[in-house]
Amino acid sequence: MRLSFVGGLIVISLIIFLTFGTLLAVTFRMEGFSGLARYDWAVIKFTCLQAFISALTSLILAIPISRALVRRNFIGRRILITLLGAPFILPVIVAILGLIAVFGRTGLVSDFLGFFNLKPLPLYGLQGVIIAHVFFNLPLAVRLLLQGWLSIPAERFRLGHALNFSPLNFFKYLEVPMLTRFVPGAFLLIFLICTTSFAVALALGGGPKATTVELSIYQAFRFEFDLSRVAVLALIQFFICGLIAILSFWIALPTYQGSGLDRVIPINFQGRIVDFIFILGSALFLILPLFMIVFRGSHSLFLLPEAIFMAAFRSICVALSASLLTVVMGLFVASLLVYHSKKFEIIGYLPIAASPLVIGVGLFIMSYQWMDPARIALPAAVLINALMCVPFVLRAILPTFIDIEKNYGRLADSLRMSGWTRFRWLLWPRLRRSVGFCMGLAAALSMGDLGVIALFADPNHSTLPLEIYRLMTAYRMNDAYGAALLLLLLSVSLFWIFDRGGRLDANS
Amino acid sequence: MLTLSSIVYDVNKFRLGADFRLPKSSRVAIIGPSGAGKSTLLSIISGFTKPCSGRVILDNEDITLFAPGQRKVTTLFQDGNLFPHLTVEQNIGLGIRPDLKLSSSQILLLEAAIKRVGLSDFSKRKPNTLSGGQQSRISLARALVRDCLLLLLDEPFSALGPALKSEMLELVKDISIEKDLVLLFVTHDPEDAKQICDLSVVVAEGNVYPPVCTTELFLNPPEILKAYL
Amino acid sequence: MRVFFLTFLSFFISTSMSWSKPILIVYAPDYFTSEWGPGPSIETAFEEICDCDLKYVAGDLLPRLLIERDKIKADVVIGLNTDVTLKARTLDVFIPHGQDVSELTIPIKWTDRIFLPFNWSHTAFIFDNTKVDNPPTSFEELLDLPNDTRIIIQDPRTSISGLAFVLWVKAVFGDNSEKAFFRLAPKVLTVTKGWSESYGMFTEGEADMVLSYTTSPAYHIIAENDKTKSAAIFDEGHYFMAELVGMTKNAKEPELAKKFMNFVLSETFQKMIPTANWSFPANLDSSKLPEGFAGLPLPQKVLFYTEEEVEHYKDIVIQEWLTAFQQ
Repeated sequence: MRLSFVGGLIVISLIIFLTFGTLLAVTFRMEGFSGLARYDWAVIKFTCLQAFISALTSLILAIPISRALVRRNFIGRRILITLLGAPFILPVIVAILGLIAVFGRTGLVSDFLGFFNLKPLPLYGLQGVIIAHVFFNLPLAVRLLLQGWLSIPAERFRLGHALNFSPLNFFKYLEVPMLTRFVPGAFLLIFLICTTSFAVALALGGGPKATTVELSIYQAFRFEFDLSRVAVLALIQFFICGLIAILSFWIALPTYQGSGLDRVIPINFQGRIVDFIFILGSALFLILPLFMIVFRGSHSLFLLPEAIFMAAFRSICVALSASLLTVVMGLFVASLLVYHSKKFEIIGYLPIAASPLVIGVGLFIMSYQWMDPARIALPAAVLINALMCVPFVLRAILPTFIDIEKNYGRLADSLRMSGWTRFRWLLWPRLRRSVGFCMGLAAALSMGDLGVIALFADPNHSTLPLEIYRLMTAYRMNDAYGAALLLLLLSVSLFWIFDRGGRLDANS
Repeated sequence: MLTLSSIVYDVNKFRLGADFRLPKSSRVAIIGPSGAGKSTLLSIISGFTKPCSGRVILDNEDITLFAPGQRKVTTLFQDGNLFPHLTVEQNIGLGIRPDLKLSSSQILLLEAAIKRVGLSDFSKRKPNTLSGGQQSRISLARALVRDCLLLLLDEPFSALGPALKSEMLELVKDISIEKDLVLLFVTHDPEDAKQICDLSVVVAEGNVYPPVCTTELFLNPPEILKAYL
Repeated sequence: MRVFFLTFLSFFISTSMSWSKPILIVYAPDYFTSEWGPGPSIETAFEEICDCDLKYVAGDLLPRLLIERDKIKADVVIGLNTDVTLKARTLDVFIPHGQDVSELTIPIKWTDRIFLPFNWSHTAFIFDNTKVDNPPTSFEELLDLPNDTRIIIQDPRTSISGLAFVLWVKAVFGDNSEKAFFRLAPKVLTVTKGWSESYGMFTEGEADMVLSYTTSPAYHIIAENDKTKSAAIFDEGHYFMAELVGMTKNAKEPELAKKFMNFVLSETFQKMIPTANWSFPANLDSSKLPEGFAGLPLPQKVLFYTEEEVEHYKDIVIQEWLTAFQQ
């Protein structure tokens, strides 16, 4: 297992370099030290509050939705599951417009309410931020819990039926242990994502009350150019996230699941109507905004200038590279954790707490002396996107990886399967499903990423999200919607190709 | 052939001591009450547990510090002997080469083993489509193709019916004789022991007693064994 | 063998071709260099007269300048805003532009020797004239609108238009600016981080009015043949905003840079601005403006702060805004 040790350490070092190292680079350039302004504390409070509520809501909703999806088979289930991944991967601006089209004052919901003479929904405010965050993160929560469901061996369900379990018993003895295992990690992940988001908060939050730490970092850098504030705020964000990470680890109790033979048994619970409501509800909530974008953008899709398609092509290349890189990195870290020491696990989650803006700035500071930053813009984007997805990869494959080793490790040892052989014949076939999901996620996230590219982009080598922003800045809204539709289609397709509906019913 | 020399395992208030020799081509039953340490004994011999002191010697080679994969030992567990995502053929093939890159002569060997256990029609299927008895045969076929000196069984047939179990035991016996193996067989059932094992080792109260002739053991069981029986 | 020789030859030729032309490096903001901004056509036009190769480097200007300092590779920096010049000036990396600014077609007197304006506009609230019958004609009227009016503005901490807006309020209301913010706050639907999000939401019908520029309607009139968007013109006046260009001290091609600065005020360049940047050119007679621009309603009074004043008021007025909007 030496390869996993060395490889894992290299990746861990890279993560530390890119998260802390870049922060240090920024700190070195700061002149003087400014403390925190009074309203910064309000900012911190708001950041944590909205992240907490959003994560909680996402998970509470995800539990019945994932349960419903697992036990009901219906036409289009796989498509629905793939589409559920779409909101998470949309560029923020596209998603905001989509959400407004549905939930805004002139949106579908308001029209619907108008029928009954009810006032339109007040979207802008804390509730708007939460709706938006749930929109982005509920799909992720559902997918992570689906993996949890799949991890319960079929034999357990059989046993439950044999013991004449009522639905409550099934819940208590099968579902709760699984949830205990998967929910804390999922909560942590979503909390961290919500902590580091900002454009959503500002656009839908109604005003400066809804400011997050990340927004302050953005402002400090791009507007005030106060590097010391950037460094201080970035550290605070790290601290908040670190605190939550430690808390979650303390609560999470991994339990041994036992082995099974990959059989999938359909379960017929009562509560079919409830399931249906949840599935329909989640589908509407998540897909309507996407539909509005399709509707709005379809006129312009085929009239888009050639430059857009070139940018799309470039985005795809970056996305594919990033997804491959992130999976390789994630696998190395996971194998380091499983075979050598679990102590490094928290480092794998560091990237979530880091601000991509700070990483980008740090890289810029480190590189501009020696080369034209525009030249490394695309590789930097690949690297940073890959880095940002490592926590997801880890969260998705680590429990499965641990299970594989617990259940079959002994057998593999006795057959002398090690290194590449072990990976090829034992780990990969059983990890493939999770890895597919991760690659799809990483590819789609990279497609929609704007952050780093904006800092040192070369005008001739832009990516699709950047082009969307440029179109909007040039008043060309219709074209922007067309390009947004293109981005949506490409992202979802990439996700589908890698994931193929999570292969819920497949025996891989 | 197999020597356990002053083996002591003392962890968490559980103590096991063993010191015995097993001759070549012997078939030995390991019998005793639950919790006495039978599985631990097998684990030490197969290499998954390190003893606190003492040595394990196989065919005049000190294998105490060898990894499980390095020992010329094949272990059949109670469950989890098979990879559900690989076919019958692949599962058996792993016994020849862990990377499944088989030469033509090795493929012939594989096919012969599959035939020997009567699974030629199922070679491309996955284990979960086969019955319990057939799954046991896959493990046995793997034992056939492995280059080993010692075959350890930890109650692998406990889930099968008496007739089927008996059939499997005969198969095990035949394979041990064919390949001239030392067989160590943990069981709860004296009938199993009597069926195929000429020697028996009693494990009780942290002690591993030297091997004795099976028939004699059950004719005149010692006190500790009497309570168990 | 022949292939090898030919490849080598063509490589040699192409590199020597680019050798022979000097390169003018221009730092510009991202929107400028995109294919829908003025950048590409300016590049083509300039390269025709300069016998050089113009290369844009896109990205946030101020952060880049502040990081690079003495190692700035640009010969020319274009796209700085009037409200952020102090920081750029204190870097001491620019030299005077040397252009004659007495005849500029801007509503204020330009005295800056270092930065040269090339286009300008004013802040204004844009509304849909088919939906709003009685648009406010003064800021007071705006603040007296019923509280269920829906207005979208930008955050002064992250957006140049947002910053211009709070300075506008200060210029109009002076010491009463905080009260003005308090009156405005209940009518504001939401505050976005940038202009794009605001304007996008406005065009989707989410709001009655959006903070934008007096020149915004020109886009709709010219590009979309849509006359429904208008700017609300206030009696108290509107805040002036201009975009600037400057030459750097350590320019590798100072002659070319000077040539570019001349070019900026030339008619060729100025004529491209209206339909590429959707703002008023700083040196073009109004008779030469495209029709959509010529007919735009404009404020009588123009308000403007010098950079010292901006520096002085900025933090104060942002704090006032925060206090009012954090209720």
